Amino acid sequence: MPAVCRDCLTEFDTGPRCPSCRSPRIIAHDELYDLTIAHMDCDAFYASVEKRDNPELADKPVIIGGGRRGVVSTACYVARIRGVRSAMPMFQALKLCPDAVIIKPRFDAYVAASKAIRAMMDELTPIVEPLSLDEAFMDLTGTARLHGHPPAVMLARLVKRMREELGLTGSIGLSHNKFLAKIASDLDKPRGFSVIGKAETEAFLRPKPVRLIWGVGLATQEALEKAGIRTFEDLHRWDKEDLTARFGGMGERLWYLARGQDHRRVSANAPMKSISNETTFHEDTNDPDLLDGHLWRMCEKVADRAKAKGMAGRVVTLKLKRSNFALVTKRTSLTDPTQIADRIYRIARGLFDQVGDKGPYRLLGAGISDLSPADGADLSGDLLDPQGVKRAQAERATDAIRDRFGPDAILKGRALR
Amino acid sequence: MKFSMERGTLLKAVSQAQSVVERRNTIPILANVLIEAEGDTVQFRATDLDIEVVDRAVAQVERAGATTVSAVTLHEIVRKLPDGALVSVSEDSASGRLTVEAGRSNFSLATLPKEDFPVMASSEYSANFSAPAPMLRRLFDKSKFAISTEETRYYLNGVYMHVADGEDGKVLRCVATDGHRLARIDAPLPDGAADMPGVIVPRKTVGEMRKLLDDDDMEIAVSVSETKVRFATPDITLTSKVIDGTFPDYTRVIPQGNTRRLEVDAAEFAKAVDRVATVSSERSRAVKMQLDEDRLILSVNAPDSGAAEEELAVAYGDDRLEIGFNAKYLLEIASQVDRENAVFMFNSAGDPTLMREGSDTSAVYVVMPMRV
Repeated sequence: MPAVCRDCLTEFDTGPRCPSCRSPRIIAHDELYDLTIAHMDCDAFYASVEKRDNPELADKPVIIGGGRRGVVSTACYVARIRGVRSAMPMFQALKLCPDAVIIKPRFDAYVAASKAIRAMMDELTPIVEPLSLDEAFMDLTGTARLHGHPPAVMLARLVKRMREELGLTGSIGLSHNKFLAKIASDLDKPRGFSVIGKAETEAFLRPKPVRLIWGVGLATQEALEKAGIRTFEDLHRWDKEDLTARFGGMGERLWYLARGQDHRRVSANAPMKSISNETTFHEDTNDPDLLDGHLWRMCEKVADRAKAKGMAGRVVTLKLKRSNFALVTKRTSLTDPTQIADRIYRIARGLFDQVGDKGPYRLLGAGISDLSPADGADLSGDLLDPQGVKRAQAERATDAIRDRFGPDAILKGRALR
Repeated sequence: MKFSMERGTLLKAVSQAQSVVERRNTIPILANVLIEAEGDTVQFRATDLDIEVVDRAVAQVERAGATTVSAVTLHEIVRKLPDGALVSVSEDSASGRLTVEAGRSNFSLATLPKEDFPVMASSEYSANFSAPAPMLRRLFDKSKFAISTEETRYYLNGVYMHVADGEDGKVLRCVATDGHRLARIDAPLPDGAADMPGVIVPRKTVGEMRKLLDDDDMEIAVSVSETKVRFATPDITLTSKVIDGTFPDYTRVIPQGNTRRLEVDAAEFAKAVDRVATVSSERSRAVKMQLDEDRLILSVNAPDSGAAEEELAVAYGDDRLEIGFNAKYLLEIASQVDRENAVFMFNSAGDPTLMREGSDTSAVYVVMPMRV
């Protein structure tokens, strides 16, 4: 059985330890050298970056997230031992782990780290599909000759380099399609390397719950449960036609996934579809000033990201969640795309006024979609808003000041509410 | 109810009704047309709750009565009947079906009770006047292209019809804008219109009303209140709610001090703009206008797909100017010009540009430039 040592990257044939460095951290699998689709997922990425940049935090429970009512964005493994999980409300996390060090996210640092990792992945293959800052799919088909080593070895080397050069750890899932690669990367986190071969795919999936499927959320889970489907084994018993009839396009996809088949390609430069930002308030609020301040900040963040990516959106969306968790979304199309916070805000504000309901709300978000390159955006002023051009110019000037003196160098009064 | 009429007359009456009916609607009765036969006329009434159209046609009425039936289905049937056929329509109140017969064709259609049909509340109109069809046609045809589709600015989703001060006294004026371009069209104020409240006529109403205006000799009876507007010919009455909102003060938008004057043959100009714009597939493609002594160079530069340039002989005597516009907007305003040359008045590359036809100030267009 082909095997590789994760510490010294020696390739060898079966054995409990590496013949060269005696490390027990080896990966052995019959199909090890044949599998080419990988998923790399960083371990507690934001927290790891923080710990790397501040060694004093190394053995402390660290939680990245904001505010009392916010949710945990990332919890380090020390905090996870205490039961803290991502997306957990902050107050609950603090109850479980009162001595946790709470850190507000520093996206600049994460983006920089992410870029460094991306550069390393790009050296392995041109087909890298990032899912977020800290995870990506890679298709290494046909790269063995180029690198002189099979994908498994190159991937082991990637995480080794990430640890040694960037001080960050990641887990690898290696399989024969995206669906399985993503499942695999989660199997033995942190610093994991899991392989799901073709031969064991079906046996591996059978007892697993269907919620393992990416995109099967609570609602789908409930619908599936009503049909008596909890595990892949249950799913297996259904005909393709019946599944499609009952669950539509999702049903057909489920049928294939039940058999471990996933025909989606790893696609580099998958076009970004939308840019959005949302926040959960400390307390449900109907204070118009507070809501307005939040709306501005959300729009500004969306605009910042759009500017960073050189994108502009033609559709503006407003998202609100009421105290009873009922979701309200409103959107509108523009005649020309924008990346200017002021324009996004004014349109989102118009949508908010259309909702007409004073709240209280627990969440507010804004976003843009129908994206296009920014060079065609905001080229034309608005006849009915002659000051709009000036405000856009002021915003560009503000951006320049922030680039030079930091994000807090200049703020709109509105942002302080 | 039982009546018969010639296929062509019936088709005309039904087609107006079915175009008002909303294709996707959740209230079944709104998909229907209310047919009322009495005396020697049959009346077809359709509504989407915002617009109501009533179309009257002469028919041989054998038995008076009323019922409702799917407007789209009835229209399709009548449309497919042979020209010149005599169509007989009868309601069997026992079965609740409407029978449509012509020659050897026989259709039986489901009906809904006439009592369920929503009839628009009648209202008091504060102004009633009569306007020739060609005049209304010009007012709305030349302004409707600028109507906004942006829902957040719902008050721009129509044509603002109001009384305004023109150069030679009061005028009936239509204005539409979407923030990128604006059209302001004036017509002589008809008798009885002076007290008319300004109303925003919704886009759909403008489209429906346009069908009343094809006959050059027709006088249209116009009635206006704060909330409704009505356009009527002897056969058709179109009543519509107006947009409940305040139209922005457009007068400030129309530049007064633009001094750089370009005069160009509108048709040649439009063709040239259309040609150079071909190289770019973007939705908001920009055309650059470079103006120099009696010379205009139009160019488009789309880095991904190509570049184009065309030179036109024009009348221009001012300083050099480079200014960009959305190609679509330029084409649309240029195509409004039909008799004389297009006259553009520029200020700077960042300021709104004014366009009119020759020296005629009764139709004025404003377009916002684009950075190029």
